[in-house]
Amino acid sequence: MFDELRDLYQEVIFDHNRNPRNFRVIDPADRRMEGFNPLCGDRLTLYLKMAGDVIADASFQGSGCAISTASVSLMTEIIKGKTTQEAEDLFHKFHEMTTGKGEQASLEAVGKLAVLAGVREYPARVKCATLAWHTLDAALKNEQKPVSTE
Amino acid sequence: MLVMNKQHNTNQTSKAMASFSVEKIRADFPILAEKIRNKPLVYLDNAATCQKPQAVIDSIVQLYSHDYANVHRGVHTLSVRSTDKFEGARSKIKEFINAASEKEIIFVRGATEAVNLVAQSYGKANIKHGDEILITAMEHHSNIVPWQMLCEQTGAVLKVAPINTQGELIFSEFENLISDKTRMVSVVHMSNALGTVNPVKNIIASAHDRNIPVLLDGAQAIPHMKIDVRDLDCDFYVFSGHKLYGPSGVGVLYGKQGLLEAMPPYQGGGDMIRKVTFAETEYNTLPYKFEAGTPSIADVVGLGAAIDYLNEIGIEAIAAHEAELLTYATGQARQIKGLKIIGEAAEKGAILSFVLDKVHPHDIGTMLDNLGIAIRAGHHCAMPVMDFFKVPATARASFAMYNTKQEIDVLMEGIKSLIEVFG
Repeated sequence: MFDELRDLYQEVIFDHNRNPRNFRVIDPADRRMEGFNPLCGDRLTLYLKMAGDVIADASFQGSGCAISTASVSLMTEIIKGKTTQEAEDLFHKFHEMTTGKGEQASLEAVGKLAVLAGVREYPARVKCATLAWHTLDAALKNEQKPVSTE
Repeated sequence: MLVMNKQHNTNQTSKAMASFSVEKIRADFPILAEKIRNKPLVYLDNAATCQKPQAVIDSIVQLYSHDYANVHRGVHTLSVRSTDKFEGARSKIKEFINAASEKEIIFVRGATEAVNLVAQSYGKANIKHGDEILITAMEHHSNIVPWQMLCEQTGAVLKVAPINTQGELIFSEFENLISDKTRMVSVVHMSNALGTVNPVKNIIASAHDRNIPVLLDGAQAIPHMKIDVRDLDCDFYVFSGHKLYGPSGVGVLYGKQGLLEAMPPYQGGGDMIRKVTFAETEYNTLPYKFEAGTPSIADVVGLGAAIDYLNEIGIEAIAAHEAELLTYATGQARQIKGLKIIGEAAEKGAILSFVLDKVHPHDIGTMLDNLGIAIRAGHHCAMPVMDFFKVPATARASFAMYNTKQEIDVLMEGIKSLIEVFG
C-alpha cells in the first residue's frame, strides 16, 4: 500500500524508531544541547561526553517523528569515537546528502546514514532528518541557545 | 409570529437539504479531479484552507479579463465596473452575516489582520495599564499574539479562561475571570485545533452585563454555520475569505457602527482620507476609514462570488451534511485501536483531531499523502492547546461541503494500514 514510501521509510528507520539507540541521559555530560522543530513539535536533548577533542559518548532524550528519531539515534551511534572535526565533516556531508546537493559521492561518505537519503524527495521532511545534526553542531560549538529549525 | 418564522426556517432548511447533492457540488470544484501520487485527491485539510468552486475562479478571471481598474477613484467605465463589483461584494457579505449596514463591513487581509486592527485601534484607545483582556485556552495564535503585543505596549494583562479534557471552555471559570478590570473579551467561535464550538451567546451576555465588548474569531465557524451578528449581538466578528471557499488575501472585520466610528484609523494612506494637507488630514467615513491603500480588489470580488455560491447551496444544508460526516468519522475513528481523538466537545464542528499511539503526526501526514489524502499534521497554530493535551502535535482531518463518507473510509483504511506498517 505504501510502496512509493520505501525509499523514505526503510526498515532500518523503523528499527531505530521502535528501539532508539542511546536513548538515555548522560549525567554529568560535558555538552547538553536542546533542539526543537516548532513546525512539528519535535524536541530532543543531546548529551555528549568528551575525552579531549574526541566524542567519548553520545545520547539523547525527547520525542519526534520516525525520521527525526531514527536520525538522532543513528547519529549518536556513528559519532562515538570521532573527533570534533570528523563529526563536523560528517554533518556537512549528511547535510549535502539530505538536501540533494552532494549526489553519489556523499552517499558513500556517510556510510549507514545513507538510509536517510530518501528525505531529499520530501522537502517538508528534510528538517526532521537534520534537526539532530544541527543540534550536534551547536553542541560542538558550545553554543548557549537551543537550536530551532525555523 | 415567532412560531411561524421557525416553521418557515425549517421548511427552507429541509428544502435545501433535499436538493443537496455532494456529487453536484464536487463537480463545481475543479481541483477535486486532481490525482495526487496517482491516486484521487482526498482533501481533508479544510480547516487550513478550503478549495474554490469554478464560480469563484471564473469571477476573478472575468474581472481581470473585462472589468478591472482601481476602485473608488476613476470616472471611467472600468473603474465604475470594478467599484460596483467590489462594493457589491460588501453588500453580499453584509446580508450573509446580517449586519445592519455596509459601513460595518471592513475589508482586511484576513482574520489575523482583523484581530490586529481591533487590538491596535480599539485596544490602544481604550485599554490601559492594569486593564485585563480575557481570551480562552483554545485560541489560535492569531487571537493570542495581537493581545500580548497590546499588553506589552500598554501594561494591560492577558487572562486565559481554561478548558476541560473534552476541549470545552469551563464557563464558570470564564465567568470568574471577568472582573471590573476586564476591557475586552476575545474568543474563538469554533476552535481550529479541536472543533469545539463555544457558547458564544452566553459569553456575550456575560460580558455585556458588565459593558465589556466581545470579539468573536469566526475564521473556522463561518463556513460551517449560519452567522447572524445581530442575533449574536457580538461587537466584532472576524473571518477570512479563504476558509469560506473564497480567495486568500481577503478577510472581513465586522464591527458595530458606533464602535467603529469612535475608533482611530489603523493604517494611514490613500482611500482612508477625505482631505489631506501637510497641516492635517481629515479621515474618510466608514468603512473606508479602515481601508488604506488599494485593496485586494479581485479577491474581494471572488469572495462575493463565494457568498453567492454558498447562498445557492444553503449554509444549513452544508451544516447538516458536515454534521453527518463528523458523526460518521468519529464513529469509525473510535473503532481504531491506538487512536485517540483530541477534542470531544459536545458542541463540535467538522474537525477530527487525533493522535496514534505509535505513529507521530508528521509520519501520519506523509504516509497519508502517499495515498492521495491531504490532512494537517502539526500544532495548528495553537501550541497552548497541544501543551494542555500533552501532545507535541496532532493529525487533523477537517471536512467541508464537498467531502464524502467514501473519502472518510479511504482515510480510515489509510490509518489502519499505516498503524500496521509502524506496528
